[in-house]
Amino acid sequence: MSAEAHGAVFHAPRAHQFDTAEQQKDASTLGMWLFLVTEIMFFSGLFCCYLVYRWFYPEAFAAASHHLDVALGGFNTAVLICSSLTMVLAVNASQAGKRRALVAFLILTILLGGVFLGVKAVEWHHKYVDHHIPGPSFHFEGPNARQAQLFFSLYFVMTGLHALHMVIGIGLLTVLTVQARRGKFTPTYNTPVDMCGLYWHFVDLIWIFLFPLLYLIDRHTK
Amino acid sequence: MITAPVTVPEREHYLNASYGLKSWLLTKDHKRIALLYLATITFFFFLGGLFAVMIRLELLTPQGDMVQSETYNKLFTMHGVNMVFFFLLPAIPATLGNFLVPLMIGARDLAFPKLNLASWYIFTIGGLFTLYALLSGGVDTGWTFYTPYSTTYSNSFVIATALGIFIAGFSSILTGLNFIVTIHRMRAPGLTWFRLPLFIWSHYAASLIMVLGTPVIAVTIVLLAAERAFHIGIFDPAIGGDPVLFQHLFWFYSHPAVYIMILPAMAVISELVAASARKRVYGYEFVAYASVAIAVFGFLVWGHHMFVSGQSVYAGLVFSVLSYLVAVPSAVKVFNWTATLHKGSIALETPMLYTFGFIGLFTIGGMTGLFVAALGLDVHVHDTYFVVAHFHYIMVGGTIMAYLGGLHFWWPKITGRMYPEILAKLSALVVFIGFNLTFFPQFILGYLGMPRRYHAYPDEFQVLNVMSTAGASILAVGYLLPMCYFIWSLRYGKIAPDNPWGAVGLEWQTLSPPPVENFDEIPIVTHEAYDYVSLPNGSVTPKKEANVR
Amino acid sequence: MSEQSLSEHSISTTSYYLVFLALMVGTALTTWIAYLDLGWLNTPVALGIACTKAMLVVLYFMHVKHGTKLTKIVAVSGIFWLLLLLGFTMADILTRGWLGFPGK
Repeated sequence: MSAEAHGAVFHAPRAHQFDTAEQQKDASTLGMWLFLVTEIMFFSGLFCCYLVYRWFYPEAFAAASHHLDVALGGFNTAVLICSSLTMVLAVNASQAGKRRALVAFLILTILLGGVFLGVKAVEWHHKYVDHHIPGPSFHFEGPNARQAQLFFSLYFVMTGLHALHMVIGIGLLTVLTVQARRGKFTPTYNTPVDMCGLYWHFVDLIWIFLFPLLYLIDRHTK
Repeated sequence: MITAPVTVPEREHYLNASYGLKSWLLTKDHKRIALLYLATITFFFFLGGLFAVMIRLELLTPQGDMVQSETYNKLFTMHGVNMVFFFLLPAIPATLGNFLVPLMIGARDLAFPKLNLASWYIFTIGGLFTLYALLSGGVDTGWTFYTPYSTTYSNSFVIATALGIFIAGFSSILTGLNFIVTIHRMRAPGLTWFRLPLFIWSHYAASLIMVLGTPVIAVTIVLLAAERAFHIGIFDPAIGGDPVLFQHLFWFYSHPAVYIMILPAMAVISELVAASARKRVYGYEFVAYASVAIAVFGFLVWGHHMFVSGQSVYAGLVFSVLSYLVAVPSAVKVFNWTATLHKGSIALETPMLYTFGFIGLFTIGGMTGLFVAALGLDVHVHDTYFVVAHFHYIMVGGTIMAYLGGLHFWWPKITGRMYPEILAKLSALVVFIGFNLTFFPQFILGYLGMPRRYHAYPDEFQVLNVMSTAGASILAVGYLLPMCYFIWSLRYGKIAPDNPWGAVGLEWQTLSPPPVENFDEIPIVTHEAYDYVSLPNGSVTPKKEANVR
Repeated sequence: MSEQSLSEHSISTTSYYLVFLALMVGTALTTWIAYLDLGWLNTPVALGIACTKAMLVVLYFMHVKHGTKLTKIVAVSGIFWLLLLLGFTMADILTRGWLGFPGK
């Protein structure tokens, strides 16, 4: 496979500013990783707010967190991990030149992403019914009602921005699926699949932290 | 090409390769995109300058007689927002950097040309949002958008302005990302890291800040806008939120952002010093490392903007000490430029005049930076005109001086025409005099206790304020002059040779203006940067024979 | 360097399934542990599990284990700058009460 790849490497589509397809692929990979670093920093502002306010108001955060549904959150975590697996298998299929497997795994990933967003919408709806949406209509029973609003503000901003990234990811994967069906990707040219894979795993990564930080605060005290 | 006849010898270059609006608006050529940026930021520069003029006119008299205090708040806010986010941040990287980074490293273009064009569009859209806010009634929070005023009390167009900055931030991120990848992956054969011009090193360092810092201001603005629009109260003290946390997030970006503005200026100065003195930059490696050190240290000091906020005194101590750390690499650069000039055969053309201006004014700005970084002294001068004067010495005396110097230096390469030397020297002098007359009195004003952001002041401050306003009008002339003669030179300027300064950078070895793909043949680099000893006349086209030292 | 990026597919799919299994086990583990009273240790343990899961994703799913040195540096620098933001902000938050009067 590898030798064949090297032989065929110069047939891959190459933009004029690059000398070789390898240079192009290296540039894309580095660019994508730098982009992911900007994504880390984007979410770091939210994690910083979370850290400060949880330090200030641990009881309020625990009380508010107990209103989230661990079953749904845990289920969604599992869904997202499954989607990461199908994504990595899609990348693998594209590198092996298995077009049908690639399309199948991409569609599976999109479906799992859709399931995640559906469950997320159900959870948000629960919060709406319970008046846990921050703002003038916010209502919370208990001694830490005001500070609990901070938790829910962060909950909505963090899960909201995460979901926005999911939506973008699903859009990218849809484009990839169409291109993959047309046979655009070969063992020598599959950079877009690779890059979208990195993005998708990153979105999974954020959720890996959001799940314990938002859903699992001091569950034993309930 | 060497003689200067009236007509241009017909040769295809990036400016005449294609014509029409579409060929510019859809271009992927980094050189054309640099010119698009140049036009856009010039617009914002003069817009921001207009606000500055109005501020200075209001401050001519002690009474608040020209505008009301609310209007004055909007004037200084719009001045700051325009100048910081829509002029200074992109000024050098997006124009000179965009034009020169691929040329200097011997590449045909940046790594991601489409992304580069997209970044200009994103920048322009961000600018339009800010213009919309301005035309609808402006914004009055100060360019820092401190909460809770910005989220709860201000009745101006905070969200539109913030959105504009949010959008423009992405253009900065994309430019930085593009530069880093390009510098890593696109260097010409033989161009090792320590053969790179210092221009590249400084732009690399500035790009690191763009990539690492800008997303934080983006998310901070998202939180600000969400809180203002939906009253979710993330920084609202009424429900336990912490406004000082907003300041932490804001300054985590906005302090390093100062280095996004000054590092590219240092990049220009390093080139100008070497070319004008015809010497290798003294201590090249140290200057290169100093760029990266400034970028990294820049992230450790943001709390010095918050000494008199609710920040803990202990954190203030740490931030104060760390702030002094930044002075070390900055001083390394100033000393090494000076040492480079020592016994150099200095050509006193316009770029060099701006370089002298930069070195002196940056040193004053940097030294007063140490004053305000000192925890104790800052309590006295915080929020006074001393701080205003300090950062204008860095931003205007530093960045804009270097920007103008660089523009003169590379103008022949960009346009293929020379600017009028005598007029340019005169305007450099006007800028220098006007600048100092504007801002030096503000140091004294601030030290005497005149606070910033007020439109009226006690009578005893009037003399110094009149001086400052007079200086501002001279400065305005100094900025209008270059714009006029640059435009004039496009048609009437002398035809520029390929290498008018006899400099050794790769960008001087291609034609003026460069061909579409920059080089007819990608050069092979066999010398370190600034090798004026083995390449005495600069007029090197790197010969094919290996001349490895 | 670039050879590695071309030979990423040499990682067998078995390792992907193993990582997947570990991630699922980690999710179950962190949920289970959240209901145990470990005192102050609850949050560090939860974060430890999350970091381990994240490491697995980064190293195997995102191919950093077989990536170039530059990719590793970039990834680590992202985490480093995240910690800078959190660390210096907390340096303020944690020391605010040290002087015995409000506001400092």
